[in-house]
Amino acid sequence: MKDDFPTPPVRDELKKRVVETPDGQTIEIDPLRDYYCQSAPTVMPAAYSKIVEGLFNWARAESLWILGFGTGCGAIEMRPLMTPRFDAYRYGIQWRPTPRQSNLFVISGYLSVKTLKRVIRSYEQMPNPKYVVGLGSCTINGGMYFDSYNTITRLDQYLPVDVYIAGCMPRPEALLAGFEELKRIIRAGKAEGANQYAEQFDWYKANQKRVIHDWDMPDYNW
Amino acid sequence: MRDLYDRLTMAFPLGELTEQRPDLAFVTVPREQLRSLLLHLRDQEGFTHLVLLTAVDWLEEGHFQLTYLMNNRRACRDLGVRVMLARDPASMESIHDLWPTAATYQRELREMFGIDFPGSPRVDEDFILEGWIRTPPYRRDFDTLKFSDEVFAPRPGRASSDPAEFMKQQLYPDKT
Repeated sequence: MKDDFPTPPVRDELKKRVVETPDGQTIEIDPLRDYYCQSAPTVMPAAYSKIVEGLFNWARAESLWILGFGTGCGAIEMRPLMTPRFDAYRYGIQWRPTPRQSNLFVISGYLSVKTLKRVIRSYEQMPNPKYVVGLGSCTINGGMYFDSYNTITRLDQYLPVDVYIAGCMPRPEALLAGFEELKRIIRAGKAEGANQYAEQFDWYKANQKRVIHDWDMPDYNW
Repeated sequence: MRDLYDRLTMAFPLGELTEQRPDLAFVTVPREQLRSLLLHLRDQEGFTHLVLLTAVDWLEEGHFQLTYLMNNRRACRDLGVRVMLARDPASMESIHDLWPTAATYQRELREMFGIDFPGSPRVDEDFILEGWIRTPPYRRDFDTLKFSDEVFAPRPGRASSDPAEFMKQQLYPDKT
């Protein structure tokens, strides 16, 4: 980690400012403190009994809600998946437009540094428990963008990944198989990505900040 | 294209004409003459559309080549005007007042090649890359593989092979 890089200027909308409210009061706003939750994520403990946790995990496995955020070319495989041809909905998988309503993040293909910043924000806004699927070779070892100046090569350096689906591109059938694999992992109680993220928060943040130089957001924006 | 070239050489010190296709040709012009040539082409010769403005990094020769590709829609032909620049420090006069679209190209060139265009709107702001702090990535002395290995922590175990050799071994294993 090189620390001698200049810190970027804070964006205008994140600066402290004095505003007048509709009812005539004058208040000071510090967006980084007032608009975001700055406290670090915490580990979510398992249920008090194993049998209850097993029931929870079964229920979690049967409701996978994907965040509709296509980060790379792999997003094109999600259209046939969510339409009648392959129809992922019959497996209990559906897409949502906002991170607040979803618990599965499919990183679809290459991930540029610029997109990574948005991906981290979206991931942190998803409610626990949450899962990440890396789609395509690009998320595993960079794929055909292994020597690119602006795409990351290993997704698991920046986010905890539960399942990788290899291929360039993987077919929709491969995605369905990957989702079934993810369900098995969740039922076995091994999909602990969100807890892993909370436990190794500092390590993930250090990795993220090593590649994202204009870090103009809070460390944890929930 | 030859007729146009003959007309232009009367007024401008142009280099050789490179005819790529009957409707596409390139000429080189000294940078002092560029602006007047572009104005002449736009106002007198009907090349009203700036198709693109791009750069080539001639690292060994130590200069940048800017290509202004112009289109004459009525005559259905394109003319590329090339300008050679010193590579370090690279700086060029802006033409955003001739074509407003040029400002976008100039921002891109500023970010990707580090060619400065003083006076061009928003030229010093980030364009595509956010917070880029190293050598501009399209310069040929920027080693992308080395950069990627340093910054992105590559997964060990990745191997690559020459496709021709690999297929030869797959298809004719006894002949190698």
